[in-house]
Amino acid sequence: MSDRGEPTVAGWGNLAVPGRELLSEDLERATRAAVLSRGLGRSYGDSSLPPPSHREVVGTRLADRILHWDGQTGLLRAEAGFSLWEFNRLFLRRGWFIGSTPGTQFVTLGGMVASDVHGKGHHSHGCFGSRHVRSLRMRLPSGDLVECSPERDPELFWATVGGMGLTGHILEVECQTQAIPSPWIWSESERVDDIDQFIAGLKEAGKSWPFTVGWIDCLSRGKHMGRGLLDRGRWATPEETGGRSLPVTRRLTLPVMFPEWVLRWKLTTQAFNTMWYWRHVPRVKKKLCHPDSFFYPLDAILQWNRIYGRRGFTQYQCVLPEEAGHGAARRFLDLLTRRGGASFLCVIKDAAAEGQGMLSFLRPGISIAVDFAVRDDTQRLIDALNELVIAEGGRIYLSKDAFTRPDHYAAMDPRLPQFLAVRDRIDPQRVVRSAQSVRMFGDPP
Amino acid sequence: MRVVFLGATKGMGRALARRMSERGDQLFLLGREAEELQRSAADLAARHPQHAVVGTHACDLAVSSTFAAALDAAEAALGGFDTVVVTAGLFATQEAMEADAALAEQVLAVDFTGTVVFCEHARKRLLARGGGTLCVFSSVAGERGRKPVVLYGAAKAGLSRYLEGLDHKFRAQGLKTVTVKPGFVKTGMTAGLKPPPFAGEPEAVAQQVLRAIDGGLPVVYTPSIWRWVMLVIRWLPRFVMRKIGF
Ligand SMILES: Cc1cc2nc3c(=O)[nH]c(=O)nc-3n(C[C@H](O)[C@H](O)[C@H](O)COP(=O)(O)OP(=O)(O)OC[C@H]3O[C@@H](n4cnc5c(N)ncnc54)[C@H](O)[C@@H]3O)c2cc1C
Ligand SMILES: NC(=O)c1ccc[n+]([C@@H]2O[C@H](COP(=O)([O-])OP(=O)(O)OC[C@H]3O[C@@H](n4cnc5c(N)ncnc54)[C@H](OP(=O)(O)O)[C@@H]3O)[C@@H](O)[C@H]2O)c1
Repeated sequence: MSDRGEPTVAGWGNLAVPGRELLSEDLERATRAAVLSRGLGRSYGDSSLPPPSHREVVGTRLADRILHWDGQTGLLRAEAGFSLWEFNRLFLRRGWFIGSTPGTQFVTLGGMVASDVHGKGHHSHGCFGSRHVRSLRMRLPSGDLVECSPERDPELFWATVGGMGLTGHILEVECQTQAIPSPWIWSESERVDDIDQFIAGLKEAGKSWPFTVGWIDCLSRGKHMGRGLLDRGRWATPEETGGRSLPVTRRLTLPVMFPEWVLRWKLTTQAFNTMWYWRHVPRVKKKLCHPDSFFYPLDAILQWNRIYGRRGFTQYQCVLPEEAGHGAARRFLDLLTRRGGASFLCVIKDAAAEGQGMLSFLRPGISIAVDFAVRDDTQRLIDALNELVIAEGGRIYLSKDAFTRPDHYAAMDPRLPQFLAVRDRIDPQRVVRSAQSVRMFGDPP
Repeated sequence: MRVVFLGATKGMGRALARRMSERGDQLFLLGREAEELQRSAADLAARHPQHAVVGTHACDLAVSSTFAAALDAAEAALGGFDTVVVTAGLFATQEAMEADAALAEQVLAVDFTGTVVFCEHARKRLLARGGGTLCVFSSVAGERGRKPVVLYGAAKAGLSRYLEGLDHKFRAQGLKTVTVKPGFVKTGMTAGLKPPPFAGEPEAVAQQVLRAIDGGLPVVYTPSIWRWVMLVIRWLPRFVMRKIGF
């Protein structure tokens, strides 16, 4: 709710605009004249928010039926609001995992396609939409219902993968899931002393481990800049698990609100623990771990986004390309720690092949993500980071963004004209659009 | 349990059917659209392949001639049933129904006449096999004449009275009637409305209702807090009810 009692919608960063979600099980009907669809609102910025002239976006999360499951091949077809959380609850114990998972499981299949999400397995499994989605059923901006795939209207398909909902409404998603040897993860955590070691460590670990990620302590500067923990993991073998079954999650439904002080306390504790850990654990720590705590450590704190208070927060995620060399990450961190304002942690990951979606975020290089509470100087900070990213030849992740200037994005992404040309073909009037596309791509308000 | 389920395609019905299927109850689904039923049956089958849905059949609460055939089909497929669940129902705002008499008539016909007549068919079959459970979703809207739900509330009030009567008359013969009275629950039905405090989620409702079915409870308020909210509302004097907007 806004101060005037008008309903509002927001992304995960809590930056709200007037509007509301039209929730429906029947997406075919709900999307008939809709301006945009959104899933569970886990994108941080304004990509799931309506343009200023509209108050209503379709909320897909009630459209959560599995339409087809092949237990032999792992092929899944489901309505776009089906969540990854539900998938994991139902299928992990049956020996299946999603091809590519983001760092939260509270996302929908539709949202995973629209952001072409990546995860710890990017170097081995690629992005979700690019590598694992086989087919999409869509309502186009024209109102037509179509099926598209890499073979059938590939241009529409690849504009939709990573297209931030701007090519129409995804109604159904068909994707290939992966067979796993056990539902447990074998993980190793290693302390790393600085940023150069980090990048080398990620590349090295990526050769033999399917999942890798790094957590950087953003408070350290100078010699220790970029120190932190490198996590690597793989599915455990049945022998390693000793046949232990995965404990059942007690949660009945997707998360609800928590009082703020509980969160503050939990997060502070977690932060404290992390710091403590860095100082005291042995250099390498190995253990069998629950996939929830390996893939989704932040999900345990549920509504942690609310601790940033009323002004909300934003995440800055960029990829610095391989060509920019090792020094790029150091230059980025240097600017970041000099300007201050970032949270105590940032996440670093090496990226492999570029996603095939026209606007897919990742490309070979290093991805860095960091949270900021919104303050008076946030715009200036992000402008400065963007200028550095442009100079390094990198780009930002639209799914996290609320501040990037249109000319900055255009300078980062040479693929943009191609994407906009597809929109010119299927949606010359820009019937389907978002707060983000108005801000960034010059769509009518 | 061997369950005939009318309304599993959406909302609280979808959540309850998933819970039942998860724990191994056999389900036969009824609803007004064949394709929707197929999709819901496929969903349940994918989730819990070992307890797949036994079958589906068309049944529209607005068309009483569909009831007997639907229950026949269920009986044949399940080899007799011991439980009938009705979550199906129709809602429209008071404003919309005041403006559109045909809509009001449709809501009254589905939520009262259609549901009661369907329950009559179901009751007879359950009694014929020595009893069982009839679980029907009414509403807290039927507890008191209230400004925002004059018409819908009237239909649900009639339904609640009917179910109460069944319980009084037939419990001794083995027919357990479970009347579910949801308060505000966040489903597609209430999607356009502003959620009040204590708005419920369908999964939590499903869990509570399943416990009530197992325990044979005659009346369930869900979320439970609505029992106390309605207790207060029932005792409010008329002059207060005329003043407040609730
Ligand atoms: C804690 C946390 C960790 C995260 N970690 C990662 C990570 O590791 N990797 C990563 O890639 N992302 C990550 N994300 C971001 C998240 O995965 C994406 O933003 C994802 O798109 C969110 O899915 P959603 O269902 O909530 O979609 P929303 O946030 O609701 O929507 C996101 C975009 O998808 C579009 N969209 C959603 N559904 C549809 C549909 N049915 N049809 C058409 N368009 C649709 C919306 O219009 C919007 O543009 C993380 C987010 C959080 C909160
Ligand atoms: N949500 C609330 O806050 C609330 C509060 C109090 C009481 N209730 C009552 O609780 C019950 C379930 O509500 P809900 O919110 O889960 O509703 P919902 O999401 O709107 O689902 C309604 C279900 O009823 C079915 N249905 C509608 N008309 C029908 C007809 N003529 N014949 C057969 N089936 C029909 C629908 O099937 P289709 O797939 O064919 O549409 C759908 O499965 C209803 O009786 C409702 O009145 C709800």
